Amino acid sequence: MSRESRRRDQGPTRREQAAARREHLPRREVITAPRREVRRPHRTVAEDIDQETRVGRVFLQALIRTQLRLGLATVALVVVPLAALPLLFGLVPGVGALQAGPLPLWWLLLGFLVYPAILAVGWWHVRQAERNEARFTELVEGR
Amino acid sequence: MSSGFGEQMAVLGLTLTVVITIVLAAYSSRVARTTGDFYVAARSVPAWWNASAISGEYLSAASFLGVAGLIMVGGADAVWFPVGYAVGYVLLLALVAAPLRRSGAYTLPDFCEARLRSSTVRLAASVLVVVIGWLYVVPQLQGAGLALEILLGTPVWVGGVLVAAIVLVVLVGGGMRSVTMVQGFQYWLKLVAMLVPGLLLLAAWQLDGRPSALTDSVPTFRAETTVAVEADVRVVVDRATAVRANGTIDGEAVSGAAMLPAGTVAIDAGTELTFPAGADVPHLEGIPARTGEAWARPLEGTEHPLYRTYALMLALFLGTMGLPHVLVRFYTNPDGRQARRTALIVIALVGLFYLVPSVHGMLGRLYVPELLMTGRTDAVVLLLPGALLGEGLPGQLVTALVCAGAAAAFLATATGLTVTVAGVLSQDLVGRVVPDPIRSFRWAAVVAVLVPLVLGLLAASLPLAQAVALAFTVAASTFCPLLLLGIWWPRLTDLGAAAGLVVGGGLAVGAIAASTLLTDLGGWPDALLSQPAAWAMPTALLTMVLVSRATQHRLHPGVSRIMVRLHTPESAQLHQTWTARGSR
Repeated sequence: MSRESRRRDQGPTRREQAAARREHLPRREVITAPRREVRRPHRTVAEDIDQETRVGRVFLQALIRTQLRLGLATVALVVVPLAALPLLFGLVPGVGALQAGPLPLWWLLLGFLVYPAILAVGWWHVRQAERNEARFTELVEGR
Repeated sequence: MSSGFGEQMAVLGLTLTVVITIVLAAYSSRVARTTGDFYVAARSVPAWWNASAISGEYLSAASFLGVAGLIMVGGADAVWFPVGYAVGYVLLLALVAAPLRRSGAYTLPDFCEARLRSSTVRLAASVLVVVIGWLYVVPQLQGAGLALEILLGTPVWVGGVLVAAIVLVVLVGGGMRSVTMVQGFQYWLKLVAMLVPGLLLLAAWQLDGRPSALTDSVPTFRAETTVAVEADVRVVVDRATAVRANGTIDGEAVSGAAMLPAGTVAIDAGTELTFPAGADVPHLEGIPARTGEAWARPLEGTEHPLYRTYALMLALFLGTMGLPHVLVRFYTNPDGRQARRTALIVIALVGLFYLVPSVHGMLGRLYVPELLMTGRTDAVVLLLPGALLGEGLPGQLVTALVCAGAAAAFLATATGLTVTVAGVLSQDLVGRVVPDPIRSFRWAAVVAVLVPLVLGLLAASLPLAQAVALAFTVAASTFCPLLLLGIWWPRLTDLGAAAGLVVGGGLAVGAIAASTLLTDLGGWPDALLSQPAAWAMPTALLTMVLVSRATQHRLHPGVSRIMVRLHTPESAQLHQTWTARGSR
């Protein structure tokens, strides 16, 4: 659907509605039945996003912000401890010489333990990211 | 080392990989007729197989051979190389994988053009893909030359020419559509060829009484050892050592008993030296002779180690997301969700592989310390099985397996990069002259292989893993900020992106060129120029932000549509009218 045709489908603009109301003011009407509820058709968030309304933009920005925050948290979880290690070794030279059983501590940490650790963080990230997306999908489909 | 032992086995291992590669390529290119077929078909590939293909393409000779060699020399500080190569995928997963797949872009230039609606940025990106690709391929070809020279005694150019020829046969023969299958296979081959020998070597080390590498002396020859010097070297001798020699030492012909004086000694190519058991290993000039304990302590052995460590971390962590041959593969995922899962599996596969090389690095100091003298430390993975398992059948079989893995490493990365570089060349450069897409791809493939081959023969060779880190540095300083801002910051403009790519790429490439040409800098200039990621990447990022802020009027109105496409899950059934050019 092109943007023009979508706008047409939205019905009369606010200005047109106001004009219509003014025109109708002087007329008297005989009420013969309870007024039928005339409501704007219910729009889902999905349509809001598709039509780039302000509401749609807010929802999209919220999703992007959530995912960005999650991404940065994941990166921080991995990078901050790793980046702290050289500084620790540099400031406290004794740490570099620590032994963990037959191995130097750094070897145990950086040679072996780091790999399961980053895998665990990655797994957590995937779960959270998919959860965020599921929540968003539920929201936009108005279920 | 080129004499006798295991030569047939080495040839067998290498040949087997080459034959399997060509057969698989031919078979799967018959299944898929067109490029489109191939990528559509690839989408039915399960995530773990796609992840195998990515890992297969990623684990190059630098990982298979280079990492162990660097650890053998650099000890604690070199362990950051494998860690960085793996952690890069966490950043790729967290910030890039799903949005990039959802963009529908097939290559980085496609993404640039689609996100920024600018053919100028596209061109800049294409040039950078070629630069990064060639920086990455050159050490692969040089490494192949080194491996064949050490295993078979062939001249150093033979390996590179062979790899280049096989890559061309696979690509020009129509096998370009077959790469997923071949590379998935090559990952598992490399893993087995690393893991099995690693475990056997550990077992042999146990049986040998578990000698510790963390000694209080520099590495020594454990038994009487004959070292064949294959290129002119200058070595540093700590204590005068009595040897038997045959060749030229310090310009004088020697034959029989000789004395290596303390100090720097020049040894000519072709010289053979026999060291007695227990003698200290002379170290190549430039490789610091360190005791086992000093080797195992971090931040020793280089100038400004803290800066170098952080710059290396930054380059490797951020560079992975900008490697063009890796990103291409994410397109073969069916959707963003699968792209994320694929990245997660890659972290597992790559991490599993990197558990092993530090074992080789440690055992290398004990059992093949002569590599510290010849400088051929990249060969430690190839030579350890022979040294530790003996010259019997077990040692020969393991050597054959390792050779098969090494061949897979050269071929997988060289093929993947050549496909990517040739794709960009044919689309953006050759395609303007040769209209027929298949012929233009073939010409581009020839160019994409020949240029790095010639460069590799001309350029001095760095240790493999260090040379590959240069490609990561350029990627981190260019595509990394572009992707991060392009995906997460709607206000990035075409001018901002172009300025950042030019500044980041120019600084990184310029610094690398300067540090290779000006070899005797030393001190801070050397540290800053040889590890430029720490300042080039932030500069590029800042340039993109500042120039974009100054040129907000150039934002095109479709940006919000693109943001919808990049970030909303496919399950949300939104109108995803926008697709990147190049999606099929």
